[in-house]
Order: sequence, then structure tokens, then C-alpha cells
Amino acid sequence: MTTTHPATPAPPSGAAQRVSLARVVRSEWTKLRSLPSTAWSLLITVVSIVAFGVLYCLLRVARPPSDPAALAAFDPTAVSLTGVQLAAIAVGVLGVLLVAGEYATGLIRTSFTAVPRRLPVLWGKAITFALTTLAVCLPVTLIAFLVGQSILSEKRLDIALTEPGVARAVVGSALYLSAVGLLGLGLGALLRGTAGAVAALLGLLFGPQLLVGLLPSTWSDQLYRYLPVPAGAAVANVRPDPVILGPWTGFGLFCLYAGVVLALAAWQMVRRDA
Amino acid sequence: MIEARGLTKRYGDKLAVDDLTFTVRPGVVTGFLGPNGAGKSTTMRMILGLDAPTRGSVTVNGRPYREHAAPLREVGALLDARSVHPGRSARNHLLALAQTSGIPRSRVDEVVEAVGLKGVAGRRAGGFSLGMGQRLGIAAALLGDPRTVILDEPVNGLDTEGIRWIRSLLRGLAAEGRTVFVSSHLMSEMALTAQHLIVIGRGRLIADTGVEEFIARAAPGVVRARSTDPEALAALLRSRDVAVSEDGDGALAVSGVSTDQVGRLAGAAGITLLELTAQQASLEEAFVDMTRDAVEFRAPSTGGGPS
Repeated sequence: MTTTHPATPAPPSGAAQRVSLARVVRSEWTKLRSLPSTAWSLLITVVSIVAFGVLYCLLRVARPPSDPAALAAFDPTAVSLTGVQLAAIAVGVLGVLLVAGEYATGLIRTSFTAVPRRLPVLWGKAITFALTTLAVCLPVTLIAFLVGQSILSEKRLDIALTEPGVARAVVGSALYLSAVGLLGLGLGALLRGTAGAVAALLGLLFGPQLLVGLLPSTWSDQLYRYLPVPAGAAVANVRPDPVILGPWTGFGLFCLYAGVVLALAAWQMVRRDA
Repeated sequence: MIEARGLTKRYGDKLAVDDLTFTVRPGVVTGFLGPNGAGKSTTMRMILGLDAPTRGSVTVNGRPYREHAAPLREVGALLDARSVHPGRSARNHLLALAQTSGIPRSRVDEVVEAVGLKGVAGRRAGGFSLGMGQRLGIAAALLGDPRTVILDEPVNGLDTEGIRWIRSLLRGLAAEGRTVFVSSHLMSEMALTAQHLIVIGRGRLIADTGVEEFIARAAPGVVRARSTDPEALAALLRSRDVAVSEDGDGALAVSGVSTDQVGRLAGAAGITLLELTAQQASLEEAFVDMTRDAVEFRAPSTGGGPS
């Protein structure tokens, strides 16, 4: 580690060194792709979507719905996309890590020194991460769907992508994963600590259903549809279900929840000491 | 140029920085000195807009740091050598930082080479030694060719060669007309690097002065006197209200008087002197004296507050 010369090298053109959101997005993309943990988390996401979809399809082929009522309620799209719910945890945790990891390592201070207005860091991360998860998950949900249907076709339980609502369910599942990632990212930015933010993420995803389940059914049926996961997962619902919100209404509600968390995170990020 | 006016930071009921007013001028290396916990890092975080002052204000190159449109062009900072994700390579860390301001990739290679990390830039920063981590932090600070450089304890973890490199780097940056503000708890290091000193203790300004003036003001000379009869000499000096303490080897450390005065007194009393030398007051001693005073001054006034 010898040193060549102490003086600073030739300066770059100075006037152009302004921070912009587009530049921060590029920077965040460099950060995202240069960490091995990102690749591992996304790999777990991909494997979860495909493997659990295949597994569940094989299971349903082994034990197909027996009576007409069960057959009518059978949703081949949902069966092939079972893995999305598990993948949501991996994506959400990765979202948490993207911000909480910077607080844990102290990198956030470097980031805020480079971008002193701070908010572009949050928006840059959100844009980069949402687009990355979408780009990864969209082809994977399609693959999981197609592989799943080819398995289900053995017992003629399959459905075509062109049937009403099916393509929307496949695309919507990828959108849902992106939105869960943003929820995780928002929680990571709001709570800063990895452990707390992961706990909050799992709590938000699974806690409300457990709590609502304790209420009398007249109340719980009314409330259930507005809970984060039932609302968000509605986008992948092909069979009309009166207990659940409409697909885009439900997904919109989930995005609203994620948006509220991100807005709180933004408010706190500007206010608090780094 | 860094200008702090009445800068104050309170954490709970602990006053970390207490009404600091100072100006760091371009063209010289300004040392920012204080014992650990004196509030140096907190002050630097406030300069960089990372922590909001409880009261007062601080500007860099005429504006609060957060208001600069091209921040890396204004300030390059090394806050904590570990403000890096351990899983990312040094080059990618710098590249991500550079991209926020549209600084080209070629500049990343330049600073990597300038700090001597060329051979290891592709390695994960988590595997770096403390010294390599410091060099990476300094590379990040130089990235935007900043007008003001703020370094928190840059010599920590550096070897002798690295320390000499930092010294000439800082002097070079100042000679180019930049503002250079460097914190340290090591006075001896600052004596060699800085031309101007801002000294704080317990969050308060103790001195804002040139290095030489600081030594002269802070530490009166001490005379080392070894004699055949140290007890008699000590008694003689104490009878003249001169402070005397043991200095080992039967020698005495005599404060506040010159070698001439000690020699004359000893001669008149018939005490044989074996050694009589004026001890050079070091910056380290000056610093310890200064900050001890600050602590003594502060202790009663904090009242019921934390120690």
C-alpha cells in the first residue's frame, strides 16, 4: 500500500456536480447490485415463488377436488402462485435491509453527506428497489403460473392465461411483491434497526389477521378485507369472492398502507439526527 | 470557510456542545482538539447537517451544508472510517458516492490511486484493516475535489508512513487554498500538522489560536534541578513560594521560575547542583493543562447536571 503522491489529482469539472434524483437513482442502483446479499435475497424470492407453486400444484394433482362445489371453488391461478406469499417475506426483509443496513454500518451518514437533503436517498432507494423487484418477479410469476398449469393440466384443473382475470393475477402478484418490498423499505427507514423493522413487517403482514380472528365473525368479516395482506393479495384473486375487496381496490389499499409508512419514514428522515 | 455561531447540541440533559463560536479559514490546516467526548464529532456532524443544532448555526462556504446544490464539491468529509457497508467493494462504495453528484468513474480511479488503494479497490471493504478503511474514507472525502475538507481523527489506525502521508496531504490541500479542518485527541500530531488550533473541552471553546501561541500561553516552563541534597533544595524553593515536585532520580521539577533563578538561589544557600535544565513544554502538556482547567472550571457550574 504505497502512496504515489499526496496532492489531489486533477479536479473534475466542478459546476456540474449537482445532486439530482436521477443521479441518486443511479447511485442506489450501484449500491443494490454491488451487495451479494441482494442477489441472495432475490434468489430466495425466485425459488420461493417457483418451488412452492410447483409443490402445491403437485399436491393438488395428487388430491384433486372431489365434489362439484370444491371444483367450482378451485382456483388454479392461486394454486400456481402460492409461493408469492412466502416470497413476500423475502422481498420485504430485503427492503428492510436496504435502509436498516445503512444505519447499522454507519453508511447512512456517508449517504446523507453526499445527499444532504436526504429525501432523494429514500426515493432513489424506493424507485430502484421497486423496479428491480418488478423486473425479477414479473417473469418469475409468469413462469410459476405456466409450470403450475402444465402440472395441473394432468387432471384438467388448469386455466389459460387468456381467461378473465388470470393475466391480471400473474402481473398483480409481481406488483404485490414490489409493494411489499416498499413496505419493508419504509419500515427500515422509519425504525432504522433491522430487528425491529423485520418484526414490524411480519407483524403488519400476519398480525392483523390473527387479531381480527379473535373478534365476533360479523365484525371480522367486515374488517378482514381491509387488512394489508388480504387487500394486497386480492389482486391475484381470479374467482369473485364477496369477503375480499376487488382486485385493484384491494391492491390500491395495500399501496396506500405502504405509502403511509413511506411518508412517515420521509418525515422522520428529514427531522431526525443521522 | 466554516463559521459556527453559538453552536449548541443537547442530548437529553447532557450538553454535548455548548455555545461554540469559531471560524475555520481557508489556506491553513486547522486542528480541532479536545479529549475524547469533548464534542468534536458532534460538532462535525452538525457542520455536515447530520445532526441539527439545539441552538445556534453553522455554515460551510457561506451556507448551511444542507442547502448546497453540489455538496461534494463544497465539502469532503471523513467522519468515521466505518461508514461503509462491509459487503461492498471499495471501488463500488466510491462509485455509488460519486454517482450522486455525477462525478465520472475515472475520478473514482484517480482517488483510489491517490490514497494508495489501487491494488485492493475490488475487495470488500469489510476485510480492510483500520488503516485501509481510513484511506478509503479519505478517498471518499477527496472525490468531489472539495473546497473544504473535514476529517474526524484521520490518523487513527494509520502506520507511520500513513501518518506522514496524511500530514503532507493536509498541508498540500491547505496550500491549494482549501479549508482544512481536522480533529484529533493527539496534541503531538496536531503540533506537526496544524497551523491553527481550535481547542474544546466538555463542549466548550477553550482556545482558538495559533499553535505556537497556544503552547506559550498554556504551559509555563518547568526547570529540572538535580542536586546532592534535594530535600534542602526543595525546602529552600518552597520557602520562596515556588512549586516543586519530585521528578525521579532525586531530581526536582520546579515550576514558574527560570534556570538562572534556581541556580542563584542554590549557590547562595551552598547547595551543589548536578543538573539544571529548562524543560521544553510540549503541546501535549499544554493541552492537558488547558483541558484540566476547563474541567475544573466546568465542574461547579454544571450543578445538578450529569458529570
